[in-house]
Amino acid sequence: MNALSIKDLNVTISSSHILRGVSFDVPDGKVTALLGRNGVGKSTTLRAIMGLFPSAGSIDLYGKDLQSMETYKRVQQGIGFVPEDREIFSLLSVKENLALAERDSAPDYQSVYSLFPELKTRTNQRAGTLSGGQQQMVAIARSLINKNRILLVDEPTKGLAPKLVTEVADALAKVASTATMLLVEQNIALVKRIAENIVIMDQGVVVFTGAPDNLADEKFIQRYLGVGGAH
Amino acid sequence: MSDFTLILISGVGLGALYFLVASGLSLIYGLMGVLNFAHGVFLAAGAFGGFWVTNTLMPDMSSRSLALAILMGGLISGTFAVIMEKLIITRLYERHMDQALVTVGVTLVVTAMMTGWFGPDARLMYIPGWYYNAIEIFGANVPVDRFLYIGVALAIFLVSMSILKFTRIGLVIRAGVENRSMVTALGINVKRAFTTVFFVGGFAAGMGGVLIGAYASGVSPFMGASWLIYGFIVVVVGGMGSIPGTALAALLIGVTKQFANFYISGLGDFIVVLLLATVLLTRPQGLLGKAAH
Repeated sequence: MNALSIKDLNVTISSSHILRGVSFDVPDGKVTALLGRNGVGKSTTLRAIMGLFPSAGSIDLYGKDLQSMETYKRVQQGIGFVPEDREIFSLLSVKENLALAERDSAPDYQSVYSLFPELKTRTNQRAGTLSGGQQQMVAIARSLINKNRILLVDEPTKGLAPKLVTEVADALAKVASTATMLLVEQNIALVKRIAENIVIMDQGVVVFTGAPDNLADEKFIQRYLGVGGAH
Repeated sequence: MSDFTLILISGVGLGALYFLVASGLSLIYGLMGVLNFAHGVFLAAGAFGGFWVTNTLMPDMSSRSLALAILMGGLISGTFAVIMEKLIITRLYERHMDQALVTVGVTLVVTAMMTGWFGPDARLMYIPGWYYNAIEIFGANVPVDRFLYIGVALAIFLVSMSILKFTRIGLVIRAGVENRSMVTALGINVKRAFTTVFFVGGFAAGMGGVLIGAYASGVSPFMGASWLIYGFIVVVVGGMGSIPGTALAALLIGVTKQFANFYISGLGDFIVVLLLATVLLTRPQGLLGKAAH
């Protein structure tokens, strides 16, 4: 069963045709990684799914069409979104950032704090004063407060120090064991560790869909991603 | 000393009126990016609502009549603001030029309607006799109306801050000022917060309109225009979307203007513009505003 089905998704921004008929599925209960070089439209795809960019084509979440819905209504269908560059509310405290994300009658703070114990000690700290890694924890935590049906996670390890990459990757691996996730990530090691499917994009179109085993092949990585696979 | 005291308290009183005009303007722009040129009309509509209470509904020049007029002014302007937001602004989100043109259009239309209805001349409100009394503070005879302006502005400030600090809608508004699209990406209908902000902003402007009508010896369809200019100056100096910044800037401008008018013979407006230019050059985000990234 597919959690999310994207069919013929097109996005045009300021006369630039960014997504050109993107189609792929995200199976229920699995982690699907969306890969590709910088600027090929991965983040745009996530933001189009969220309704943050106007798009044409169909976006179905468990068979329900999201295209006609405003962003907040799409989220209320059970989407947790971790945006690129975190987009935490820097003037609000950690507690307020998390409270803002609450939708369920019983928000799951226990899971969040067991995953990121550090946040519990910083509830009253202004989020803008947190380190990059801590801000990423807040961004991920916001998506875990509610019982979401799918998580859209955009480059969670981007710009983090190596030690923090490991910490965030560990947390995501734990989340991945019980969640459906569409993950945009440049970190091949993390993708290999948690993804069960990969979708590769190039210049606004999907060029490969399959298993992450292919990422063990250096030639495959070089061909589609233009990077070495060691990192 | 007595001159200083009188000018200082008068300046704070004037600042209180500026705050009432500017607070809604600041939040409306800060949260929604709507440059609302119709805000002056909120003020005039509220003033005429208050005028109707003091001169028609309860023309006994009592304190009760004035209190009801202030409340009525707030309610009329708050309701007017919500209707305008629902009917017009909601269709124009993200279309800033269209918003500016339409709100200017609303100003022209509503001002013309009020002129047709009430006439172009300023009309005196029946206000209580104590309004013209003075009390002695450090040798200065300070008009008591200044304390009313300060009290009402303080009440609006405290209510606004309480809403912002202690309620969920306030949390949404504060977050929305910082990053509106991310608020919606958390599943929040930010439009509800927009409507609340429009109501609170209109309510404050309407109350301010009644008090300005009493302060400036009359209500007129055109009263909003000159006060709106000061409202924008206060918002820019204080920082878009910051209520404490708006309060600080309103006080600073009110007091500076009064002192300048007294000591530099009527150059108050000029000094205020200099202050605006100084802030724009040295701290473009305003005194307590967030720097643009």
